[in-house]
Amino acid sequence: MQHKCYHCGEKCDETIQLDDKYFCCDGCKMVFQLLDENGLCQYYDLTDMPGFSAKGHFVSEKYNYLDNAAIQEQLIQFRVGDQAHVVFYLPQIHCVSCVWLLENLHKINPGVIQSQTHFEKKEIKIVFNPSIISLKELVQLLSFVGYEPMIHLGGNDWMKKKKVNKKQLLKIGIAGFCFGNIMMLSFPEYLSADLAELGNLRSFFVYLNLLLSLPVLFYCANGFFISAYTGLRQKWLNIDAPIALAILVTFGRSLYEIVTQTGGGYLDSMSGIVFFMLIGRWFQDKSYDSFSFDRDYQSFFPLGVTVLEAGKEINKPLSTIEKGAILLIRADEMVPADAKLLTNGALIDYSFVSGENEPVEVENGSTVFAGGIQKGRAIQVEVIKPVGQSYITELWNSPILKAEKNKEQSFVHPWSQYFTFVLFSIAIGSGIYWAIVDSSKILPAVTSVLIVACPCSLLLTVTFTYGNVLRWLGKQHFYLKNASVIEAMDKIDTIVFDKTGTLTNHQDTHLEYSGEHLNEVEVTAIKSVTRESLHPLSQLITKYFNERVEKTVLVEAIENYIGKGTKATCNGMEMLIGSKSLLVAHGVAVGEIEGSVVCIAINGVYKGKFSINHTYRNNIDSMVAKLKKAGYQLHLLSGDHPTEKLHLTQLLGADIPMLFEQNPLDKLQYIQQLQASGRRVMMVGDGLNDAGALQKCDVGIAVTDQTHLFTPASDGILEGSMIQSMDSLLAFAKKAKLIITLIFILSLLYNLVGMYFATRAELSPMVAAILMPISSISIVSLSALLSYLYAAPIRTKS
Amino acid sequence: MGVLIILIIVSVVVAGGFLFAFLWSVKTGQMDDDYTPSVRMLFDDEIKESKK
Repeated sequence: MQHKCYHCGEKCDETIQLDDKYFCCDGCKMVFQLLDENGLCQYYDLTDMPGFSAKGHFVSEKYNYLDNAAIQEQLIQFRVGDQAHVVFYLPQIHCVSCVWLLENLHKINPGVIQSQTHFEKKEIKIVFNPSIISLKELVQLLSFVGYEPMIHLGGNDWMKKKKVNKKQLLKIGIAGFCFGNIMMLSFPEYLSADLAELGNLRSFFVYLNLLLSLPVLFYCANGFFISAYTGLRQKWLNIDAPIALAILVTFGRSLYEIVTQTGGGYLDSMSGIVFFMLIGRWFQDKSYDSFSFDRDYQSFFPLGVTVLEAGKEINKPLSTIEKGAILLIRADEMVPADAKLLTNGALIDYSFVSGENEPVEVENGSTVFAGGIQKGRAIQVEVIKPVGQSYITELWNSPILKAEKNKEQSFVHPWSQYFTFVLFSIAIGSGIYWAIVDSSKILPAVTSVLIVACPCSLLLTVTFTYGNVLRWLGKQHFYLKNASVIEAMDKIDTIVFDKTGTLTNHQDTHLEYSGEHLNEVEVTAIKSVTRESLHPLSQLITKYFNERVEKTVLVEAIENYIGKGTKATCNGMEMLIGSKSLLVAHGVAVGEIEGSVVCIAINGVYKGKFSINHTYRNNIDSMVAKLKKAGYQLHLLSGDHPTEKLHLTQLLGADIPMLFEQNPLDKLQYIQQLQASGRRVMMVGDGLNDAGALQKCDVGIAVTDQTHLFTPASDGILEGSMIQSMDSLLAFAKKAKLIITLIFILSLLYNLVGMYFATRAELSPMVAAILMPISSISIVSLSALLSYLYAAPIRTKS
Repeated sequence: MGVLIILIIVSVVVAGGFLFAFLWSVKTGQMDDDYTPSVRMLFDDEIKESKK
């Protein structure tokens, strides 16, 4: 009977049982028992099956490097006496149960004094007593209950940001406070039938207003002045310049009116617009806390490694490793530097570095490259190049990448320049008119024009619309770094796809057998042989046959040929399992076979082959067809062998240029060539092998399956399952410009009304005070409404 | 009418108190996390008997 693991929800049978609960593996059962002993079973009450499958995740030696003092120094933020503070990034946090368990760690181990999670950042801050629980034990405890912290050489870079955010909030709070109070205090001015009735109160009101407006002008609005000033120094009129001018003119005119007691000024409009614009900026900038868009290679490398010195295992920080050091690399650990292999059994998965699908068997004495992940048993390597000079890090430091991305001026800036130009023409025009008709009205008319026609509405439109678009895309698991990426996406005409991990699903490979029918005895023999090997392909074959036969038989005379396969005797049959060349070398007649296959020969007779198929993500073909229809030029760059070219051509169409066996530098140069020929390129890829290309192109999108575990530096992160709706996501992002244009036309109408009063020198503070919030609020709501409507196609997809 | 001046000063001071409360809350990081506290407050304190 089928059950679901009580801990992680994976399907399982009845073999592992505790009372009425079933578990998929002993790991899950142990986690349950640990929680049960400590009275933490509420974990299972809050969410059904909240845990993570504990299968093979727990390697205790993995964290030995945390005993090293230098590494601890880097991780522990603060230490005094019996208390140490540490912050970990736990990408696994996903539900209420996670928060609950992590905040109750102190019940499992008394060494934990306090733990506090931050759900959106997926962080945990732990205060612990190092004399009771060491940092290593703490990390082991976290990993054991299923929350393995991500600890990398790049350090905890995600903790450094978000200081700016606080300042923004402070500014909004102060501006809101001043705006509200100034507005209240302006009411008597607007609503009194007879101002003389107010007497002394009137000057009290206006001077209080003036006092309240000072923090708005000098603190809240300083961002606009600074930006305008830096723009002007580079001889460039950005959108903040006319805004800064309008704020200054409004304040100057108000000050003049107050001092000369001719009126109450427009301080409420000024502080109001600053308040709204600050909210707009905050809304647009509020991005995804738990994502890191700026990882460099350091974030991928481990913090510490195991060094063999005089036969002893010593843990050292990676940064201290020098040429000649002997490293011990355990299963599933990353090779941190280019190194020479000293032992047998290396099976390196380079998929991350090169995009090749299958792990490579490396012979004793050959070079293994940094970034590869060891899949077999533990190996020893001798470092031949320092960490910073390995092949992969050199690429990262290459001068091509150092060049900044072409910083395009936003399409809004030219608009604001026209706007400013027209504005000045009107101001001067009305000034000349009044100079002829009534010279006393020159100043009121000119300043009113500048006050009313501030391009703030344009800024509000842009910030809120981009904010909305970012949110809608985020809801579809497409996370963009910031608003300027939306504009860059608008200009894209070429899309380059990576194959492995982007169009195919990394985790999901399946085997296909073709050849003679195998009887049960033969299948049992094959399974018995493959079971003996750690090679991933062998393991795949074992898994493939698991359902057909359960038993295994004794295997004799196993001979392993590195990089080729295995020869063994089993049940009296001579088995050959491996590459074509292995079979040929043993004199087996094999027909035409291409691609990555595992051939089987029994007693010298070829039986059949297993081919490894990469599962392409769903609906890739229709997505590609739609993109082509939308006029994008598509390219495919793959680090893998061209074995699937035919299949890909069928899937994607013959008109797509496809390049195979591309190394990271090739990819980078290909993007450069495209850009040199005037194309605007978007790269969709994953892994370190695309990192260079992702940085160089105009818009780099990193695709990931395990939400934001390993993503190279990019402009956006797309969840693997959403790549099928890439076309509609792009189409929606393109709508942002349309929305902005529509709303801008509306705001021009408001400006016309205001202009009508202003040029007649009849702009009363009250008209300004009514016009300003109405236009701001209608712009904000219209922006939300339009983005909602245009998001309809992507909303229905989910 | 003179009492209005006092009233307004009082009202601005009270409002200022709220502003300072806000500034203090931002500075001490209370606005950093706007999700987890809403989850945390729903946890029950202690379940004595463990469910088996």
